[in-house]
Amino acid sequence: MRLDATIAMIICSYLMRRAKLGQIDQKWLSFFQIRFYVAIGIIAVGFLAESYANTIIQLAGLALLVHIAWTLYKDDTFKAMRWIVWAIIPYVVASAVALVIRFVTPKFYENWGDYIESAVFCTIGWGFFMWLYSRKERKALEEEREKLRRKEEEVRTSEIMQRQLEIQVSQRTEALQQQKEELEKTLDELKSTQAQLIQSEKMASLGELTAGIAHEIQNPLNFVTNFSDVSAELIDEMIVELDNNNPEEAKLIAVDLKSNLDKILHHGKRADGIVKGMLQHSRNSSGQKEPTDVNQLADEYLRLAYHGLRAKDKTFNASMHTDFQNDLPLITVVPQDIGRVLLNLITNAFHAVSEKKKKEQEAGRAFEPAVSVGTKKRRNDLIISITDNGNGVPADLVDKIFQPFFTTKPTGQGTGLGLSLSYDIVKAHGGELTIANEPGIGASFVIRLPYQPS
Amino acid sequence: MKILVVDDERDIQMLFEQRFRKEIRQGDMSFAFAFSGEEALQYLDAHPQEAVLILSDINMPGMSGLELLGEIKEHHYVPPPIVMMITAYSDDDNYNKAFSLGADDFLTKPLDFNLLKEKLKQIGHV
Repeated sequence: MRLDATIAMIICSYLMRRAKLGQIDQKWLSFFQIRFYVAIGIIAVGFLAESYANTIIQLAGLALLVHIAWTLYKDDTFKAMRWIVWAIIPYVVASAVALVIRFVTPKFYENWGDYIESAVFCTIGWGFFMWLYSRKERKALEEEREKLRRKEEEVRTSEIMQRQLEIQVSQRTEALQQQKEELEKTLDELKSTQAQLIQSEKMASLGELTAGIAHEIQNPLNFVTNFSDVSAELIDEMIVELDNNNPEEAKLIAVDLKSNLDKILHHGKRADGIVKGMLQHSRNSSGQKEPTDVNQLADEYLRLAYHGLRAKDKTFNASMHTDFQNDLPLITVVPQDIGRVLLNLITNAFHAVSEKKKKEQEAGRAFEPAVSVGTKKRRNDLIISITDNGNGVPADLVDKIFQPFFTTKPTGQGTGLGLSLSYDIVKAHGGELTIANEPGIGASFVIRLPYQPS
Repeated sequence: MKILVVDDERDIQMLFEQRFRKEIRQGDMSFAFAFSGEEALQYLDAHPQEAVLILSDINMPGMSGLELLGEIKEHHYVPPPIVMMITAYSDDDNYNKAFSLGADDFLTKPLDFNLLKEKLKQIGHV
């Protein structure tokens, strides 16, 4: 029987293969190779030797098996191969017992030898069964490991994806941040452009006024010149009258002189008021509200607008009517701002009537252009209306006239901001700007300002 | 001599009355005042043959001085009044237009009353 050495050889070759596959450390490869050749040596010697040497050879085979089993049991590298130990121990024990029985009581062995041999074969069967079982276990283990490996792979893939996502998110965030900054910059630019536009609109309306202002200042200055001139003459006459002993006549002249001085003062103040109004208009609004005489404000701007347009266009003319409530209480507003609204609406009205006059003249019809400004107190509101007998606003445009940049004037002639700014100013005072319009007959803009804005 | 002064500035009346104080007192001149073109036409229609001379501002709301001039010249008042135009803007446009419409003279503001007096005296003598 060379069974022990054969088993040792099979186990060694099995472990060598494991080592080659990398399941065990490489250093064990030579270790098992040596045991493999030793096993072959034992088998070879077994064939050559006489039967008396059988016992020794069998012992050597068993010793080799025990040595291998011990190695596998001792070293943790072989944890997965421990089943080999459990597979061969029964055989080793059985063969050893059989050996001892044969050696000690050969007689008993001769009688019971078949049974003992069968028991030894059973242990071989056990070993074979262990091998099958371990193979199944290993497969299950392998599957488990594969599953784990896949899971790890998945985790790794998802980690990679996550990292990629994080990179993408941070890139997007950066892009968004950049866009946000760009938008903020654009918004700032828009705001400053808006402020510039408001200022240039103000300046444009001031430009419309300059000629009117010049005229409005010239007139009172003429009176100042003429009245001081005539007063000097009157004093000469007064002296003559006094010399001629005519005190009554001299007194009459003195009364005239006094009223002349009043006139000079009045016209001086008138010019002063116009210059102040102009300065106020061109200044950035301080937003300071103060009690204001709207009648005076409206009258001033009516004249300024009229003379301004008149100086620009000699053919322009229109009659102006005022319908002011005389006992109107002062209203607390920003006078420059309300002045701008009035100027805008009055200028528009004059434009409308002069436009209509041109058309009517071309058609050979007579037309009397007229613009009127009225004020009145209604309950707790002040109502200012600017009415013209022009062509009115075409019905399809009425909804658009308060929109910024909407203009019917040719490019470059109107900013399109006049009415929209006026609307905003009136709103800011807690009031309302509305239009009562009859296309072809005229338009009336109505400003409602509350005396006490809520 | 009757003179109609047309101007939208009401203080012009006081000024003329003081400036021509002597002439008015001596009865050499008398003045009427209208404060718009429309008012002037009303006056002329109500007092035909009275005004010998009309002094009119050009720049007035409603009917302008030039329109008034056109109306007067078209109406053929008898005798035809002398019309002098006064304006604050002595530009060529107004000047040419005034003469083409038949104005007899053209003055600029501020009025030189001495010059005006001379001109009125000449007209009075003729």
